[in-house]
Amino acid sequence: MADLKKTVLDPLWDENPITFTLLGICSALAVTGNCIPAFTMACSLTVVVALSNLIISLLRNVIPPKVEIIIQLVVIAALVIIADQLLKAYMYEVSLKLSVFVGLIITNCIVLGRAKAFAMANPPLPSFLDGLSNGIGYSIILMFVATIREILGPGTWFGINVLKGNIADYVPNGVMVLPPAAFFCIGIFIWIQRSLSPKLVKDD
Amino acid sequence: MEELFSQSMKAIFPENMLLAFFLGMCSFLACSNKMETAHGLGLAVIFVLTITCTMNWIILNFVLEPGILNGYKDLTYLGFLCYIATIAATVQFLEIFIDKFAPALYMSLGIFLPLISVNCAILGASLFMVDRDYTIVAAVNFSFSSGVGWYLAIISLAAIREKLRYSNVPAPLKGIGITFMITGLMAFCFMTFAGL
Repeated sequence: MADLKKTVLDPLWDENPITFTLLGICSALAVTGNCIPAFTMACSLTVVVALSNLIISLLRNVIPPKVEIIIQLVVIAALVIIADQLLKAYMYEVSLKLSVFVGLIITNCIVLGRAKAFAMANPPLPSFLDGLSNGIGYSIILMFVATIREILGPGTWFGINVLKGNIADYVPNGVMVLPPAAFFCIGIFIWIQRSLSPKLVKDD
Repeated sequence: MEELFSQSMKAIFPENMLLAFFLGMCSFLACSNKMETAHGLGLAVIFVLTITCTMNWIILNFVLEPGILNGYKDLTYLGFLCYIATIAATVQFLEIFIDKFAPALYMSLGIFLPLISVNCAILGASLFMVDRDYTIVAAVNFSFSSGVGWYLAIISLAAIREKLRYSNVPAPLKGIGITFMITGLMAFCFMTFAGL
């Protein structure tokens, strides 16, 4: 039971996939200009990583070690195709904004990393939970960055006016809309996180 | 000709795969500690990117899109699966091939090749190529230039990080935190080339 709790809690803060193990950064930065696509991306990734962990864990005893990676990639790719088709069918506008990044969930290192590191060695239930909480850990960072960038950039949050309209003469901050701002936000998040939990500081 | 030149300038600088679309960040951060490693990985990316993107263009246009080979069915929804399989297979094949025929090259690229099959930049280039409907010439040109852009970015970051060792950075920001900040500044620099 204690193990299960650790499985669920660790990826949220101490071993957060983005800031600690540095996985899956590509998409974390790319879709965070706006909250709605960021939230959609976070949900899709969480679902994909949880389900791929579950499926791979169920298959772990029948996968021959030599072709392991290909099989894992096929499972993940199939799940991503489903997610992509669903998004295109029900949320067409958001899927246009995400463009290639849904497809890139396949090469998102979190998914493959968790499949290799956790699901291949553990029974289905813990694997599923591990996938779920890694997805949530990823979502936390994504929403943090997206919130800062959207509020300071266009001045809205999930499309609702926050700064824009409430402050007279609000001028949108152009820098926050540009890609480099995402780097600064993640850098600052890591800075805050490591100041709060000094044990995370690594020498490198 | 002019169009191709401006396309490759765009892919190298303002729309740099790494600094504008954040593709291939994982290996970018992990392998930019040392100049030599960065150089090897950069070359491997240029190489694999150009080859796989061309292969995927061929697959898209002759196998997936409605045509004689598939009995006029639209198979584009299987795209992701085909592209990633092509990339994984190509990388595996290249590894064997280079090991056999160019051992010196294998020594320098060898360890990076398997890493590359899950590098987002590789799959990303193929997906952009599909998204933007390139012709074969444009696709080859685009993928090669993106590779060069990626190479330039990782080399510059590695150079900065080697110098960074002598500077005094606040402890919680050390390592990865400051790397993100530098990458952000670098991204600004690359973007100023827009309109070249």
